[in-house]
Amino acid sequence: MAVCIAVIAKENYPLYIRSTPTENELKFHYMVHTSLDVVDEKISAMGKALVDQRELYLGLLYPTEDYKVYGYVTNSKVKFVMVVDSSNTALRDNEIRSMFRKLHNSYTDVMCNPFYNPGDRIQSRAFENMVTSMMIQVC
Amino acid sequence: MEGLTLSDAEQKYYSDLFSYCDIESTKKVVVNGRVLELFRAAQLPNDVVLQIMELCGATRLGYFGRSQFYIALKLVAVAQSGFPLRVESINTVKDLPLPRFVASKNEQESRHATSYSSDSENQGSYSGVIPPPPGRGQVKKGPGSHDAVQPRPAADQQEPASPVVSPQQSPPTSPHTWRKHNRHPSGGNSERPLAGPGPFWSPFGDTQSGSSAGDAVWSGQSPPPPQENWVSFADTPPTSTLLTMHPASVQDQTTVRTVASATTANEIRRQSSSYDDPWKITDEQRQYYVNQFKTIQPDLNGFIPGSAAKEFFTKSKLPILELSHIWELSDFDKDGALTLDEFCAAFHLVVARKNGYDLPEKLPESLMPKLIDLEDSADVGDQPGEVGYSGSPAEAPPSKSPSMPSLNQTWPELNQSSEWETFSERSSSSQTLTQFDSNIAPADPDTAIVHPVPIRMTPSKIHMQEMELKRTSSDHTNPTSPLLVKTSDLSEENKINSSVKFPSGNTVADGYSSSDSFPSDPEQIGSNVTRQRSHSGTSPDNTAPPPPPPRPQPSHSRSSSLDMNRTFAVTTGQQQTGAVAHPPAVPPRPQPSQAPGPSVHRPVDADGLITHTSTSPQQIPEQPNFADFSQFEVFAASNVTEEQDGEAEKHPEVLPTEKASDPATSLRIAQADGKIEEKTAASVPANVSKGTTPLAPPPKPVRRRLKSEDELRPDVDEHTQKTGVLAAVLASQPSIPRSVGKDKKAIQASIRRNKETNTVLARLNSELQQQLKDVLEERISLEVQLEQLRPFSHL
Repeated sequence: MAVCIAVIAKENYPLYIRSTPTENELKFHYMVHTSLDVVDEKISAMGKALVDQRELYLGLLYPTEDYKVYGYVTNSKVKFVMVVDSSNTALRDNEIRSMFRKLHNSYTDVMCNPFYNPGDRIQSRAFENMVTSMMIQVC
Repeated sequence: MEGLTLSDAEQKYYSDLFSYCDIESTKKVVVNGRVLELFRAAQLPNDVVLQIMELCGATRLGYFGRSQFYIALKLVAVAQSGFPLRVESINTVKDLPLPRFVASKNEQESRHATSYSSDSENQGSYSGVIPPPPGRGQVKKGPGSHDAVQPRPAADQQEPASPVVSPQQSPPTSPHTWRKHNRHPSGGNSERPLAGPGPFWSPFGDTQSGSSAGDAVWSGQSPPPPQENWVSFADTPPTSTLLTMHPASVQDQTTVRTVASATTANEIRRQSSSYDDPWKITDEQRQYYVNQFKTIQPDLNGFIPGSAAKEFFTKSKLPILELSHIWELSDFDKDGALTLDEFCAAFHLVVARKNGYDLPEKLPESLMPKLIDLEDSADVGDQPGEVGYSGSPAEAPPSKSPSMPSLNQTWPELNQSSEWETFSERSSSSQTLTQFDSNIAPADPDTAIVHPVPIRMTPSKIHMQEMELKRTSSDHTNPTSPLLVKTSDLSEENKINSSVKFPSGNTVADGYSSSDSFPSDPEQIGSNVTRQRSHSGTSPDNTAPPPPPPRPQPSHSRSSSLDMNRTFAVTTGQQQTGAVAHPPAVPPRPQPSQAPGPSVHRPVDADGLITHTSTSPQQIPEQPNFADFSQFEVFAASNVTEEQDGEAEKHPEVLPTEKASDPATSLRIAQADGKIEEKTAASVPANVSKGTTPLAPPPKPVRRRLKSEDELRPDVDEHTQKTGVLAAVLASQPSIPRSVGKDKKAIQASIRRNKETNTVLARLNSELQQQLKDVLEERISLEVQLEQLRPFSHL
């Protein structure tokens, strides 16, 4: 369902980014990059006091003509950005949330791997499989 | 050539060799070069080789067919055994050991031969050179290993000192093979000098690869070989590192050795079994893993933290990516730590990877940590979120294996639960794990099903009554009426109880009856309520929401004076509607006491009631509460008589007459307004007599005054009449509700009365308004006249 999924580290560099139509990848990269500003805006808007209760799911970051960008932040300021096709109207908010939850779980599993150094690119096969499963329904 | 009879072992061996030589996969002809190499490896003098070749007919044919090859091999064996080479010797020589090829290979093969001759089972892999027979998992072709064999002799020298030395090996697999070969000094057979100190800690599962052949070779040997095979993590630099890594490994060597020795036989079995399941861990492997586990974590039931495991596996020199993948596969519960089973699986995967096997995408079943066997779980105490594991997957624990697979499926959902430990104490099969939900939830219907029932004091009674009413009466017009049923009158309640048919049982009724004083027995009532509610749960009214709190009893306004709801609600099945009529706040009043209160009014009412009942078409209920008929018997009589005279005509003295004359509109009104009516009876009759409209005697003196003033006005009569009616209505209202024992008729009658009163009053109002207007106009005109006259006067 998602067209592009990206995992951004705390320092705003990508840990993992992948898009389905391999063409236009650069465009997706740009979209993800620009969405980071929106993410930061939303994070700061929450306020310091609400850090603990801050909702992890940020929701629709910004819609474009063809795509919608959703965001999700973990408590360690790792951001997940998902770009979905606007024509996919059947995709509801709940589904996006569940997809982010799956992403988060997989990311946690990757983190638990002692062989993974935080800050490295994510190369876990299990993670990739999970992402593929989420993106495979795009077409 | 001649018929060749081969033993099974020989047959197999030969076929393997043939396949090995059959690099072109022709299955028919063996490459000469290869064969020559093989023969050279047999360490036979060249002339012997030539002789063999000649004998087998290859020379003639120019190629090695299968039969020739086999013959040749047999001849090699013959030659190696020292028998003269002769064609006959092929079949005559019995118990010929298998031909040995190549220095180390020879040994291996000799051992192999011994093993083969000794073991009836077919190992499927003979020498490290011979690739495992087709059909085996990842079959490694011999060529590589064969090549390895060549340089091996050179490497042989170094061996013992350098544990895992495999300098020449670039291909990952070969090192293992080579190492194996290294381990086998050309001449040395049984001694496998484990030579290398410690470093062989890294186990090398030769299960899968061509190295497995080496395992077979090992089979006949002492322990060290498996170890050597397993040594994978060491490389050149390694010795020191290896030693550092496993300082204890040296000591372990012996143990491992012994272990290995014990397990070599298993290894053979393993290899054969690995035929089917390349990922299966053999017993000796498992033991090795366990030992390694112990070096990191002495407690077999404990965890290896991620960092330690990382360190450990990094020594294997596998790329981090692969190690990461291995970790992902083996850390089943994703807790960042490895239990024994997980560790073994990881180790096994590392070994496999080292041997060249590709890592699977999913953890193979045989490597999956078996879920906790509840009987064993007691041992798995300190694993908070960890699933206890049963014995090694390789060993089929007797009672566990059958249940294991099911556990695996239930793993995901149980993964999150830490309740396994609780279940661990329970015996039984793993099936309980899948059913633990049912285990957890106690089958206590009382606690589970019955919802808490609030115990209320007053309201509860109301609720109970409401319940009763609901049950007993199907035509309750107002479900909330029971609420209005004042529980104050216990006696009534008792009667109610008796009259109520409680479908669910008598318990409630009993409870009711037993609770004579309501306030004094709230608990009982509460319990009754509980019971009642539970009963209600069973009844069709189960879904009825709890009755709302009792409506605050409104003061009896005119409209609700009768409190129709109550009367209606209580109508059916309850005789003591009088009690219903009482506002809840009012303490229970004995019935007789009710009478005196309104008795003042009652008499008139009663009179009116009686008279009207007798005369009016309305079916006025008895209204016993209105009773005190005695006083108004006279009136009643007079009323009756005068009523009979004519409704329009009213006798002044007789109030009832007026009442009688006003049957339709002011029956009750008249009744209610006894005193006042009496007072105004005098004036009223006069007015009434004039007016055709039956009006209640104007009780109010005011009206009288008005009447006197407006006597001239025809409408005064109406006015008075209206006012009388009004007064009567007003007066009657308060007394009406006091009637006790209203039943439906009484209520209906009172409703009718009220309606009539309303209409009359409305009419009266309009007429009065009109009169007022007229009067005002007159006044104005009069004033104008006065004004006009005055100036004249002044003038």
